[in-house]
Amino acid sequence: MYAFDFVKPSTLDEALSALAEDEAQAISGGQTLIPTLKQRLAMPSKLVSLTGIAELKGVKTEGNTLTIAGATTHAVVAKEAAEAYPALASLAGRIGDPSVRALGTIGGSLANNDPSACYPAAALASGATIVTNTREIPADDYFQGLFTTALDEGEIVTGVKFPIPEKAHYQKFIQPASRFPLTAVFVAKYSSGVRVAVTGASEDGVFRWSEGEEALGANFSPDAVSGLSVDPDGMMADMHGTAEYRAHLVKVLTARAVAAANG
Amino acid sequence: MPKDSGIGASSKRREDVRFLTGKGRYTADINLRGQVYVAFARSTVAHGRINSIDTSAAAEMPGVLAVFTGEDFVEMGSNPAGWYITSRNGETMKEPKRPVLAHGKVRHVGDAYAAVVAETVAQAKDAVEAIEADIEELDAVLDMASAVADNSNRVHDEIDDNICFDWGWIEDNRAAVDAAFESAPHVTTLELINNRLSPNPMEPRASLADYNTGTEDYTLYTTSQNPHLHRLLISAFVMGIPEHKLTVIAPDVGGGFGSKIYHYGEEAVVLAAARKLGRPVKWVCDRSEAFVSDAHGRDHVTKIELATDKEGNFLAMRTETLANLGAYLSNFSTATPTFLHGTLMAGPYKTPLVYVNVKGVFTNTVPVDAYRGAGRPEATYQIERVIDKCARELGIDQIEIRRKNFISPDAFPYTTPVGLVYDTGNYGATLDKMIELGDTAGFESRRAESSAKGKLRGIGYSTWIEACGIAPSHLVGQLGARVGLYDAATVRVNATGNISVLTGAHSHGQGHETVFAQVVSDMLGIPEASIEIVHGDTSKIPFGMGSYGSRSLAVCGTAIVKATDKIIAKCKKIAAHQMEASESDIVFENGNFTVAGTDKSKSFGDIALSAYVPHNYPLDELEPGLEESAFYDPANFTYPAGAYACEVEVDPGTGKVDVVAFTAADDFGNVINPMIVEGQVHGGVVQGIGQALFEVVVHNDEGQNLTGSYMDYAMPRSNDVPLLVVDHSCQTPCTHNPLGVKGCGEAGAIGTPPAVVNAVIDALQAGGYDIAHIDMPLTPSKVWAAMAGAQQAAE
Ligand SMILES: Cc1cc2nc3c(=O)[nH]c(=O)nc-3n(C[C@H](O)[C@H](O)[C@H](O)COP(=O)(O)OP(=O)(O)OC[C@H]3O[C@@H](n4cnc5c(N)ncnc54)[C@H](O)[C@@H]3O)c2cc1C
Repeated sequence: MYAFDFVKPSTLDEALSALAEDEAQAISGGQTLIPTLKQRLAMPSKLVSLTGIAELKGVKTEGNTLTIAGATTHAVVAKEAAEAYPALASLAGRIGDPSVRALGTIGGSLANNDPSACYPAAALASGATIVTNTREIPADDYFQGLFTTALDEGEIVTGVKFPIPEKAHYQKFIQPASRFPLTAVFVAKYSSGVRVAVTGASEDGVFRWSEGEEALGANFSPDAVSGLSVDPDGMMADMHGTAEYRAHLVKVLTARAVAAANG
Repeated sequence: MPKDSGIGASSKRREDVRFLTGKGRYTADINLRGQVYVAFARSTVAHGRINSIDTSAAAEMPGVLAVFTGEDFVEMGSNPAGWYITSRNGETMKEPKRPVLAHGKVRHVGDAYAAVVAETVAQAKDAVEAIEADIEELDAVLDMASAVADNSNRVHDEIDDNICFDWGWIEDNRAAVDAAFESAPHVTTLELINNRLSPNPMEPRASLADYNTGTEDYTLYTTSQNPHLHRLLISAFVMGIPEHKLTVIAPDVGGGFGSKIYHYGEEAVVLAAARKLGRPVKWVCDRSEAFVSDAHGRDHVTKIELATDKEGNFLAMRTETLANLGAYLSNFSTATPTFLHGTLMAGPYKTPLVYVNVKGVFTNTVPVDAYRGAGRPEATYQIERVIDKCARELGIDQIEIRRKNFISPDAFPYTTPVGLVYDTGNYGATLDKMIELGDTAGFESRRAESSAKGKLRGIGYSTWIEACGIAPSHLVGQLGARVGLYDAATVRVNATGNISVLTGAHSHGQGHETVFAQVVSDMLGIPEASIEIVHGDTSKIPFGMGSYGSRSLAVCGTAIVKATDKIIAKCKKIAAHQMEASESDIVFENGNFTVAGTDKSKSFGDIALSAYVPHNYPLDELEPGLEESAFYDPANFTYPAGAYACEVEVDPGTGKVDVVAFTAADDFGNVINPMIVEGQVHGGVVQGIGQALFEVVVHNDEGQNLTGSYMDYAMPRSNDVPLLVVDHSCQTPCTHNPLGVKGCGEAGAIGTPPAVVNAVIDALQAGGYDIAHIDMPLTPSKVWAAMAGAQQAAE
């Protein structure tokens, strides 16, 4: 780690003005940022903690929308979203280990947009809206490739609005070392149609498997995707899996997610 | 009724109180007044020529006290390999110099070429970044087959074929083995890789050196499994510090698995820096540093052939192995792939003819050395995999083929064709126990249940043997060892009757403090709580060789028994004098010295006190005091053995393997603490599952370690492991040590990998996939690719 200053404001406004300084950076759960700092891969001059800001915390349901504030931890989501949106709560409850879940937050995860992170799949499959200090961004516009989002410099994720689906399931196949998804699929069925989002597979980060969505829109059963195949082109390849393997997993996991969503 | 203390009792591990309550004292916990910190500049390339290193900017950085490069250590000796291996052609192995800091060339990613000492860790690290090293990158020597074939690219310029040794075991048997293959009715051939592993002890390495300018004494606190060995290496080979001027202290050590046997350059740097600055110098290894600087394990590429008749009787076995040694020879690196591997190639079988060829190969990777099991897992994996394949080829039951080839219980002592004499064993007994506890008869119905869930179930076996209790010094001396492998103990009875046992063994998780106390308690009839086990400090303990190779109880424990025997003998003399009886009439039982046939009796405590207050004492024939030492050099190795059964489920959709049942029936001879033995087996089995399914160090074509953190180096977790059924009720006590013990620390890591892989192959073949072999680790993607390949081939 290099030396840095640390502030922990109690309001969003204070945080934003602290962040306006050169080389200042937001820190939420620190579960991604701190390992990066420890390896001396980043050199912020000041870290602005978001975890002391009351308005950035909490889970609430209004009508058919579940809203999670930006600095809400995975552990809190796992508990408090369980009734309204069980598939999402289950996703949160399977991120990392208890200590990661006690600290890591949804805003940090979505801002980071790791190509193997869990939350991006849920946000994209749910057609969620990412709320920031300046605007609202539909998930379809928000994710823009590996570690890249629509967020501007210094823009803060203050919350995420999830439309609650009729049925949903998150099928996570873990990479044996990191226990992040090697590939994972979030399937959500709405009256308006089925959305299938895939994380851990593509070189461009989280994506929607539109062919699968179409087939499942017509017939929400595992058989609906059995005749399809996923193109390995553009899939990630590393020691944990070839592009072909990941493409294969997209289909297998989608079918399993649908089976599980159907109960 | 199970005993509640002494030999055979599951006494609770006394060390756990401090470990579990945060009161352990590890090297990193020790802080000395005025201490400063060192950080290392490590090579980012696998192979490169050092043109220049400019440290001037670093030296000017805030807080910087000293900067070292390889140049500062050229006068020092080389960190040696502990065994000289003689090649087939009679030449001695090639031993390149292993410098404290890289000099001339860097030879692996992580090779340290400079060190900065500063007031704080952060300052030292900042200054490391300011070092300007002009290192010209060279092609990395990585793949062993091409390393030995192409002598244009050399890890060490003076070694043209990158070969350290080309070892034949036993060379004189080679012709007979080849002839047996010529005429054999059946030959099974298997090519396999024993995957490179990173040891991953929970506590990373750490060292703290202190130098007293007044006395010129050095103290080195370091993460060591064998403090005297460290001192010897540093004194006699590397730094030339007189042995009596160097104290090495290995305090609590959080696991080693072999990686902390060795002396590393970082230890010499902290000592040299402490001397230069007159201030204590500390280094605590980062986890990322550990991945590229701790000695790795395994990394063999092997072709094994098994010749049999049509009924599956073994006629001969032949193997060719390329053993990766990495860039430099670590201390045990030449013994591990040779004498700790080749001599085990008979397994528990009566194969009459065996020949082993091993080439030790230098590559631009981290040095490879002994890692839990050390050579024996490599041997066992080959043997048990080729037998599995042979049985499939011949259509013979997997249990049957093993049983029919076992050395029979009445054949001991049994001389193997690879140079060992097994003193005792009963391999059929552990196999029967495994069959019983693993309910192998019920397997088919379990397979049907898995099948109903869409899973492919398989069962795999491994009947293994190892040589522990290293080692008879005269034997290893003939084989090239440069040290003896006895051990030593001192039993000091204090005036008030409690006891300090000073041992050459080092406990880094095993539980010696509990087990050794149980032994002494049993022998002297005094409570375990009155016995303290002292280890890890060369200024206190006698010269012992430390803990590795499952030797602590068999060798160091025996030294303790011998010293305790001397205590008892002396006490008898004192008792005879005090009770005016003949020494031969004194009986020692339950902590009391009694004159046989009388009610005259003295307690151990009374005798001990009188040794220190010798008022009524035979001073003319006996020295006062009660303290005895013993050195013990074992007459033979010990030979633990066992039978393992593993059941797996394979998910055909993803290729993921789950271990769903595991049974280990072991013969460790006599057992002192059953609970600790079970814990050791649990740990070993999980490490074995780790090797089989998860762990591997991967390099890219440039020699970068792609598995340099836990994001990519997969460790097994508790939820990857089923409830393990472990048993040690089959006991053929070792015939040549007084406790009759054999050692249990490495068993699980040795016996497990082939059982797991055999089970996966069984599952796949039963599922209709024609797959003969998959190299470890059997990750989901590899298993899936093999299945997809087999499917395609079938179509
Ligand atoms: C051992 C381990 C296992 C893990 N396993 C998983 C897993 O299985 N699945 C998974 O999805 N993740 C996993 N993670 C990552 C974890 O979910 C992180 O918590 C998350 O990715 C980042 O959230 P954070 O709150 O910790 O963010 P931080 O680390 O604090 O910040 C990450 C980045 O986001 C920025 N940032 C933080 N909050 C905001 C905000 N509100 N608005 C804008 N920018 C912001 C920061 O400036 C920084 O650049 C794991 C992490 C660890 C350490």
